[in-house]
Amino acid sequence: MEVSAHDVLLVGGGGAGLRAAIAAAEVNSRLNVAVVSKVYPMRSHTVSAEGGAAAAIKPDDSLDEHARDTISGGDWLCDQDAVEAFVREAPEEMLQLEHWGCPWSREPSGHIAVRPFGGMKKMRTWFAADKTGFHMLHTLFQTSLKYTTITRYDEFFVTKLLVDDGRVQGVVAIELATGKIHAILAKAVILCTGGCGRVFPFTTNANIKTGDGMSLAYRAGAPLKDMEFVQYHPTGLPFTGILITEAARSEGGWMLNKEGYRYLQDYNLGTPQPHPVLSSMELGPRDRLSQAFVKELEKGRTLDTPYGPVVHLDLRHLGEKVINSKLPFVRELCFKYQGLDPVKELIPVRPVVHYMMGGVHTDINGATPLRGLFAAGEVACVSINGANRLGSNSLTECLVFGARVGRAAAAHAAEQQEPAGHALAQAMDEQHRLEMQFLRKTGGHERIATIRDDMQKTTEDSAGIYRTGMALLAATEALRTLQERFQNIALDDHSQTFNTELVAALELSCMLDVAETIVQSALHRTESRGAHQRTDFPKRDDEKFLAHSLVFQQADGSPRVEYLPVTITRWPPAERVYGR
Amino acid sequence: MADKITLEVMRYRPEQETEPTFQGYEVPFHADWVVLDALNYIKDRLDGSLSYRWSCRMGVCGSCGMMVDGEPQLTCATFLSHYLPGPVRVEPLRYFPIMRDLVIEMTDFMDKLQRVKPWLIRGAEKPLLQGEYLQTPEELDLYKQFSMCINCMLCYAACPVYGLDPQFIGPAAIALAQRYNMDSRDQGSEQRLDLLSQHDGIWGCTFVGECSKVCPKEVDPASAIQQYKLTATKEWFRAFLMPWSAK
Repeated sequence: MEVSAHDVLLVGGGGAGLRAAIAAAEVNSRLNVAVVSKVYPMRSHTVSAEGGAAAAIKPDDSLDEHARDTISGGDWLCDQDAVEAFVREAPEEMLQLEHWGCPWSREPSGHIAVRPFGGMKKMRTWFAADKTGFHMLHTLFQTSLKYTTITRYDEFFVTKLLVDDGRVQGVVAIELATGKIHAILAKAVILCTGGCGRVFPFTTNANIKTGDGMSLAYRAGAPLKDMEFVQYHPTGLPFTGILITEAARSEGGWMLNKEGYRYLQDYNLGTPQPHPVLSSMELGPRDRLSQAFVKELEKGRTLDTPYGPVVHLDLRHLGEKVINSKLPFVRELCFKYQGLDPVKELIPVRPVVHYMMGGVHTDINGATPLRGLFAAGEVACVSINGANRLGSNSLTECLVFGARVGRAAAAHAAEQQEPAGHALAQAMDEQHRLEMQFLRKTGGHERIATIRDDMQKTTEDSAGIYRTGMALLAATEALRTLQERFQNIALDDHSQTFNTELVAALELSCMLDVAETIVQSALHRTESRGAHQRTDFPKRDDEKFLAHSLVFQQADGSPRVEYLPVTITRWPPAERVYGR
Repeated sequence: MADKITLEVMRYRPEQETEPTFQGYEVPFHADWVVLDALNYIKDRLDGSLSYRWSCRMGVCGSCGMMVDGEPQLTCATFLSHYLPGPVRVEPLRYFPIMRDLVIEMTDFMDKLQRVKPWLIRGAEKPLLQGEYLQTPEELDLYKQFSMCINCMLCYAACPVYGLDPQFIGPAAIALAQRYNMDSRDQGSEQRLDLLSQHDGIWGCTFVGECSKVCPKEVDPASAIQQYKLTATKEWFRAFLMPWSAK
């Protein structure tokens, strides 16, 4: 086994991870920082984010308005102290990225341009055409290359957190190129592994979004928070699930049902106007738009395709010039993957799993209850997103809480002793487990893909846009069975060199854990709030559920749910109002 | 319409084989499947031991570049229907060492990216509190195209110069250097020029233009190389023929 040691160790090299690594490196140039990632950092899923990143900078905007929109958008499940810190630090972080070279779209004067976004009552979304995540990630990655104190472990898959003496002291990882097992010790470990969309069958999420970090934390004893809140984005391309950015609607796109009718007017989201109106109609929040789709489906007003029912996104009236300058990637994606030109044709779209509001429970500095373990970005739940994230808050979240967690972990690391020998003994045990369960495993007859398909069907049937207690209860059983079947998987590949079947097996085991936490948390929350809609409990219940769910893994592997009150500072719970 | 198509996939498992071989797989044909969908079908249903990289399936992460019927392609953006009736040959990206099956070794490429100092270099930093560096849309347009590179390395697999001389820093790295050189906020072009004017820098390129033809993002690295050569030539004349005018 290879052994190395660092002060601060990042798991994940996307937007949050790279921002955190740079922040830690800047705290103290003698600090030894490392980034371990299962892909080369510029492949991270931040790359796919399109529409933009929110920060209030324009004279007609204010921090309070950004906070209010975020809290209302989150159906009052956001922790308001976290939201206040978020909106306050957002402009500085976005400027920092500008100073590092991010090619933000500009006004003719040379100042940063902003665009409207769903659920935002002011224009505050910074953008780099419609490849914002791509440009942010590449800017961060390229900037990170100038910090010589940052070591990278590219294409290393982390399988376990080493916990000794009540604190996290490093990780065990497989070097994909060689199959070698590494014990990478650290005084602080930060999870920035992103979300878990692949738990569902139809998602915008990349193949790598398998909830690894959530599962690592959960298995190590840290709770996951608000896992029942899964965001469906209303506009994905059928079959591929490729995202058509919300910016398509903020630039003026319309949602039409099969009769060519702007159906959102029937769902308390305002009245249709020819031009986009902030926080109204097509610029309503994602949860409400995805729910409206299901209602249209029930009314028989959607269109059938081989890949399920769709509605239409209409951009034709925007004209070629606006589409080319503001939405070039949308045009490219439609052309390449759907064989149509949005300048002339309607885009078929349907809701698609996009984002996980829940994640590893952290405080406002990204610290988890498990000492030495931190988290930021989509893998974490601070929580600023509550029951429904507003579009363009998540990229900013990666920056604000990435920077915060980097500094907090650096401070923590400065106070710790070197990791002790027990951590290494645990690493040896983990190596043994990996060999027995996977690399040298013989027999077994279950295919990875079959279990994965069954899991995805289970989550969609039970924890989709609308949920019932009955379906969730059935899913609990089904997932337990899948966990048992997973013990019986067959592996075709026993090679040490770039064994992607081994990675797929490890990812599947993470996803099974995460699926259980989603279903369990959804089963226990007997109310409807934001993205969690229970048809058997259709009302929001602030008496009982103005609270975060916390799910812990028990000794037998099954989940246990507790609750933690929401932090309210200045915005008492109220009705969410759009289009008025 | 065909209902099946055969993929001839290059296999190389260093623990098992000394030389790459080809393995045929018959997969269902669907008009909306890309080559990557067929590879995923193989991995999920037929042979879990086939290794390749992929992630976003929307042409932006840059992971899934391979040779398809001899041409460098993003397999997530290349439709099977283009290759009817088959068979389709799928190989790892040309000119790179093969690690395993369709997975190439890319640490050399990563080193090259780092060598061009791909970050904003400035003499003095403006404090954040004083706001953004102003940059007009016209100034942005000067480098925007070079900022669109997804590091998919198709241009290296198409570059005959790189094929002959792996030391050549290559199209994507030069385009990346130019992305920062042309950025109105950057002041580091001299540092990058020194680096790129060395023998393994831009002079290796004979302007074949293959890099720009295969680029899936219209970055046009060939034009970056030309721009750079022009600047470097001017600088060379300035420094060596007219030393009195040097800065």
